[in-house]
Amino acid sequence: MNDLWNQIDLSWAWLTSAEQWEGTNGIPHRLWQHLIYSGTSLFFAALIGLALGLLVGHTGRGGFLATGLANVARAIPTFGLVLIIVVIDYSITPVLIALVALAVPPILVNTYEGVRGVDADARDAARGMGMTGRDVLLRAELPMAMPLILLGLRTSAIQVVATATLAAYPGFGGLGRYIIDGLARNDYQLVVGGTVLVVALALIVQAVFALLRRLLVSPGLLGTARS
Amino acid sequence: MEIDWGWIGEHTSDLAENAVLHLRLALLPVLFGLLISLPLGVLCRRFGWLYPPTLTLANVLYAIPSLALFMVFIQYTGLTPSTVIIPLTLYSLSVLIPNVVDGLGSVSEPVRQAATAMGFGAFRRLVRVELPIAVPIVIAGTRVAAVSSISLVAVGQLIGQGGLGYDIVRGYQLQFPTQILAASVLIVLLALVTDAILVVLQRLLTPWARARGKAAS
Repeated sequence: MNDLWNQIDLSWAWLTSAEQWEGTNGIPHRLWQHLIYSGTSLFFAALIGLALGLLVGHTGRGGFLATGLANVARAIPTFGLVLIIVVIDYSITPVLIALVALAVPPILVNTYEGVRGVDADARDAARGMGMTGRDVLLRAELPMAMPLILLGLRTSAIQVVATATLAAYPGFGGLGRYIIDGLARNDYQLVVGGTVLVVALALIVQAVFALLRRLLVSPGLLGTARS
Repeated sequence: MEIDWGWIGEHTSDLAENAVLHLRLALLPVLFGLLISLPLGVLCRRFGWLYPPTLTLANVLYAIPSLALFMVFIQYTGLTPSTVIIPLTLYSLSVLIPNVVDGLGSVSEPVRQAATAMGFGAFRRLVRVELPIAVPIVIAGTRVAAVSSISLVAVGQLIGQGGLGYDIVRGYQLQFPTQILAASVLIVLLALVTDAILVVLQRLLTPWARARGKAAS
């Protein structure tokens, strides 16, 4: 335990030293790269996952296929995907593709489950009020599925932030750089410092989603829905 | 990209050996995860105040990059399989605990009361009634945990304990796509087979679900 405490102490020294906060290997630059990779991947994953999840949930068709495919996608080893495409084409695109593949399943499955789980009576009521299919989806099913959808987005976002560290292995920087460099040099201070930054980022993501939940979920649903 | 089928033919036994190691490194954590989350889930159901902090802790652990978690454990467990198995066990908890709690929560109150009326004590009711009813939701979580774990073990190769991750890293170092691809495809296959086995296990453990399905049709 004493070991761990020393590490935390060392990392704090590392995190707060002025030289870590400037230049291309400085924390702001690495953090920016990390955010760009995570944000871009999550954006595309959300587009794909939400569109497919809403479609499948609303029509009720292909649910088995969609959730099955999502589970297969979960099995794709992100690490292998990153490295194989990097061998073929050395650019950041493969890393982003791997992160999107990682992020789509939770969003897709939760959106589908959320829409499908909407109370049948509520759906009938919406239709009875004269809403068209699209209105039912956007004004009744989507708001009611929102707690689960946000949960899926949050899971994906945290996974992406944690996994984007792999971008550093083939040399694309991000916060993983510190962890990979620390590993290569047996420098635990660097490893723990990098880890602390990634975990802090993930916790901020959690907080952002807690805020989104307050803003986007209808107050009538907050009482019963679980986070 | 060209695939060197000859290489795959010559290395089937190596690949198989790494696949077996891979499966062991990936599934032991899920097993340990279940052993931890079942009692913990039961406790969380009984003492509601315990659930939010437990879940938060599991979520925080989940946010730590696997690579970093491996590194932290190296100092305590060295370059051994434990250094991969312990972090993956911790990851599995973030999926398994909520599913155990939800599964136990899916037992309806009349069922619980009926069991009590039949003279079941708290423990017997848990083992004979509540846990069996929770099986589908617990297995759903186990499927996600197992599949993710199989995919994640590969990263363990960065500390020398990765099963098929060895072939992924080696293929990258040699700029030899065939080896990376073969290992990646094998990992997906392992995951699919494991997933299918869990589905079959669920059917075996919940024979009443089939009986009810037949009665309805």
